[in-house]
Amino acid sequence: MRQFFVFARKEFYHIFRDKRTLLILFGMPVVQIVLFGFAITNEIKNAEIAVLDQSRDYYSNRLVQQLQAGSYFKIDQELQSHQAIEAAFREGRIKMVVVIPPKFGESFFHLHKAQVQLLADAGDPNTATTLINYARAIIGNYQQELNGPQAMPLTINTTVRMQYNPALKSVFLFVPGVMTLILLLVSAMMTSITIAREKELGTMEILLVSPLPPAMIVTGKVVPYIVLSFINALVILGMGVWLFGMPIKGSIVLLLLECALFVLTSLGLGILISTVTDKQQTAMMASMMGLLMPTVLLSGFIFPVESMPLPLRLLSNIMPAKWFIIILKDIMLKGSGLREVWPQSLVLCGMTLLFVTISIRKFKIRLS
Amino acid sequence: METPIVVQDVHKSFGKVKALHDISFTVNEGELFGLIGPDGAGKSTLFRILTTLLLADKGQATVNGLDVVKDYKAIRKIVGYMPGRFSLYQDLTVQENLDFFATIFNTTVAANYELIEEIYVQIAPFKDRPAGKLSGGMKQKLALCCALVHKPVVLFLDEPTTGVDPVSRKEFWEMLQRLRKKGIAILVSTPYMDEAMLCDRVALIQNGRLLEIDTPQHIIEQYNKPMWAVHAKRMYPLIQDLRSFPETESCYAFGEYLHLTLKHGEADLDKLQAYLQPKGHEEFSMHPIQAGIEDCFMELMKSEKV
Repeated sequence: MRQFFVFARKEFYHIFRDKRTLLILFGMPVVQIVLFGFAITNEIKNAEIAVLDQSRDYYSNRLVQQLQAGSYFKIDQELQSHQAIEAAFREGRIKMVVVIPPKFGESFFHLHKAQVQLLADAGDPNTATTLINYARAIIGNYQQELNGPQAMPLTINTTVRMQYNPALKSVFLFVPGVMTLILLLVSAMMTSITIAREKELGTMEILLVSPLPPAMIVTGKVVPYIVLSFINALVILGMGVWLFGMPIKGSIVLLLLECALFVLTSLGLGILISTVTDKQQTAMMASMMGLLMPTVLLSGFIFPVESMPLPLRLLSNIMPAKWFIIILKDIMLKGSGLREVWPQSLVLCGMTLLFVTISIRKFKIRLS
Repeated sequence: METPIVVQDVHKSFGKVKALHDISFTVNEGELFGLIGPDGAGKSTLFRILTTLLLADKGQATVNGLDVVKDYKAIRKIVGYMPGRFSLYQDLTVQENLDFFATIFNTTVAANYELIEEIYVQIAPFKDRPAGKLSGGMKQKLALCCALVHKPVVLFLDEPTTGVDPVSRKEFWEMLQRLRKKGIAILVSTPYMDEAMLCDRVALIQNGRLLEIDTPQHIIEQYNKPMWAVHAKRMYPLIQDLRSFPETESCYAFGEYLHLTLKHGEADLDKLQAYLQPKGHEEFSMHPIQAGIEDCFMELMKSEKV
């Protein structure tokens, strides 16, 4: 036991004396979560638009006011002619132009029909669609307001409620994603690198020619990373809750237990990688290419798994991250308990067991 | 007491390269056994087989009576191993490294302090310095301390003096002499032939084969050719001339002298004088000398190549 304690302490020395490791361990999570939380977002706020109001009557003025009433649009310029539209788009700042033809109010009340043209910069199709939808909704509201309380003969009222994330905050998607990514990176990449480093520097040679059992060498190296990864998980959760207002509806104990489980899964993966690599560089590349990319792309973190072609959907099942993201979202947003997330937890347990078993069987007690 | 090291007919290949070919030797109790050979001769491979890190293709080896394949766990408890490359934790301090290796061998620095004391006092002033920032000689002394801290029965030192300054090298060998007197069998490898004289017995290894195993004194005594040390003001033309002299058997530069042997020994001296006379070497001097261990090795390696 004393051996184990001293071994783990040595590992902490390595971590705390290497600025690069420290930076990856604690700098990266904070930077990533801030990046994903603030910079990379699909929500649209204060999109800059231009208005070409050819009517300039009371009703068109009110429409324009309504458009900028919410926090969605900001009117950047008022155009004077159709020719100016093209120029305005070319400047690049403007995402949408609203054209109100002459005699807007008159047409509406006398012809019972008025037109508004929306031009959007579809260079970015997602943004364009979102902007048009926002604008349509605002115009629709305005139309009802003008019609007054008199009801239309037959109507279907849609009441929409965005369950679990009423404000449609993308942070709710990113926090679980980033947390998964970071735990996977820290646990898998750092452990595979740290074991590969012993091999590369030749210290593994001495460790092997010592009474230390291989299992002790591996656990001694891994335990410090379990502790640090767990601290990382807490930091990310804390930032998610206090900085981005992410709710934790379910049991926090269960959430932390699931985090611990996923840390173990990732560590298993890291040890597995380290058994097949001898160089830190290789270990890093293997973790980056073999873990990071598929995790980002296939776990449902950025792209929904449901809309992928079947082979990729099947492939996504072997990503530990996919299951962990489901667990996180269920517990944090839906308030699910173990009753709901046990299948995913079981999958993670199984994966952990598999990784560790293979690693033990593949661990080399000799150099070749 | 078991024989510390017994090696029998060990072969090892890496792909097509024969790293070790038919190696057999024994190291006796309290013996300082030197393995002398150039880089790539197979020294490290042999060390790794004996420290249970590699498996031999053929042949047996035992360390303290334990088989290197079957009893590898037991061997790992009783040997001290210092790999060819500096393999301590560079970011840990001297003291931390020593404590760490003591602990993983289930002992403490204090328990075996008398064994490492002489070496430790030399590195003690730097005990709070990271191992990576020590000088070459200090690093090797620390590595030796770490390999000794659990009081091993057999000590394996793979090129411990490579990259170490001459003074530290001398000190290092003095330490080995003292350890040997404490009854620890030591197998040490080195590319420096002059260090052979400091061993009880030496084996010369080249291209994976052992050439000769004997005491250094015996090896020298067996060398019976007359040898001369030759010197002139300008050495380069001299070595050119001597090597092109038809009766020259060997001519190697050793420091500021050339060591020369002739095919028919002293009978050729007159011919040589007649040959060198017209070349006009300034400050020419030539006197007979006793061959050293290095001359013997050069000779052995040469005869092996032919």
